Amino acid sequence: MQSNRRGKSGSTVAVILAFLFSIAIWSTYSVTSGQTTRTTRTGAPARLSANTQQGLDAWQQMYSVLTHPRCINCHTATNYPQQGDDRHRHFANVIRGPAGKGVPAFTCHACHQEANADSTGVPGGHDWHLAPLSMRWQDTNDRPLPSSAVCRAVTDRRRNENMDGAALLKHHQEALLVLWAWNPGRRPDGTMRTVPPLTHDEFVAATQRWVDAGTPCPR
Amino acid sequence: MATYKLTVNGQPKEVAVDPSTPLLWVLREELDMTGTKYGCGVSACGACTVHVDGVATRSCMLPISLLGNRPVVTIEAMASDPIGRVVQDAWVEKDVVQCGYCQSGQIMSAVALLKATAKPTETNIEESMGGNICRCATYVRIREAIDLASQRLT
Repeated sequence: MQSNRRGKSGSTVAVILAFLFSIAIWSTYSVTSGQTTRTTRTGAPARLSANTQQGLDAWQQMYSVLTHPRCINCHTATNYPQQGDDRHRHFANVIRGPAGKGVPAFTCHACHQEANADSTGVPGGHDWHLAPLSMRWQDTNDRPLPSSAVCRAVTDRRRNENMDGAALLKHHQEALLVLWAWNPGRRPDGTMRTVPPLTHDEFVAATQRWVDAGTPCPR
Repeated sequence: MATYKLTVNGQPKEVAVDPSTPLLWVLREELDMTGTKYGCGVSACGACTVHVDGVATRSCMLPISLLGNRPVVTIEAMASDPIGRVVQDAWVEKDVVQCGYCQSGQIMSAVALLKATAKPTETNIEESMGGNICRCATYVRIREAIDLASQRLT
């Protein structure tokens, strides 16, 4: 009897150990280019490396900028841009057009010039245009996509004009329409347009930390 | 005040105006070219449309300081423009105009459309002309005239 009981308890221990081992295997998370799993298959939170966590924190800072109206108003999922801090549909029947630059006879440049026109309140910058639909950061009801979806769009090289981390950093540092967000000029009523919640330097620094961490994305 | 040199309908011009003066008022008030109309003043109606470096542009919202050296073409030059002439003839043939106030802007947009798209679809016309408002609602005849001009140009 005693030896039989010992045998049963030994089997139980073996089963428990196997179960714990399998959990340990499943609990490992992977970080690929732009994809980070933050929870285990069992649903328990995984421990992220400090580097990845810093990258995810940096991404959230970036997300606060990307979803600011100065940025997201031209990253729509529809056939029109938006305007204003309330992100309403662009007035005057403005159409996205095949290249995101409007349509013949009614291009973005019908009004938007190479620089802000503060006397009229029309914002402007070099090559004013909408982001391509592959880089939409909203749904078709004009609601911003969640952080994870925007991150996937930004890091997917099939959608982001084949930009890797270094190219994304350079884009955030130098692209003229990105820079415009921090110099958006005056509204028609003469007041200044709002700017993103981070300074441009802070935005670039956050991008650098995110790139250094391997461009992780939240799940 | 500042002095600006510009080219309008192929002619060199010089004006001394405040840098914030919209191109529309330079044309109308400084150069006495009143074919381009003031409608809404906020780019919403298209009555003030001219071509700037070939691009249909709302002249009411373009400060002269941002024009640079880009050439300007107005409704006054359309009679001698190969496509403009055909469009104007189609406009007359289809009897498009009612009050006429918006029509110089309509024609400038129609010419820009046909220069970019020789055979526009109905959708092309609706989208490209969608920013030009006509309070007489001559839209059906405008579409017909663009179709007619397109047929004659292709």
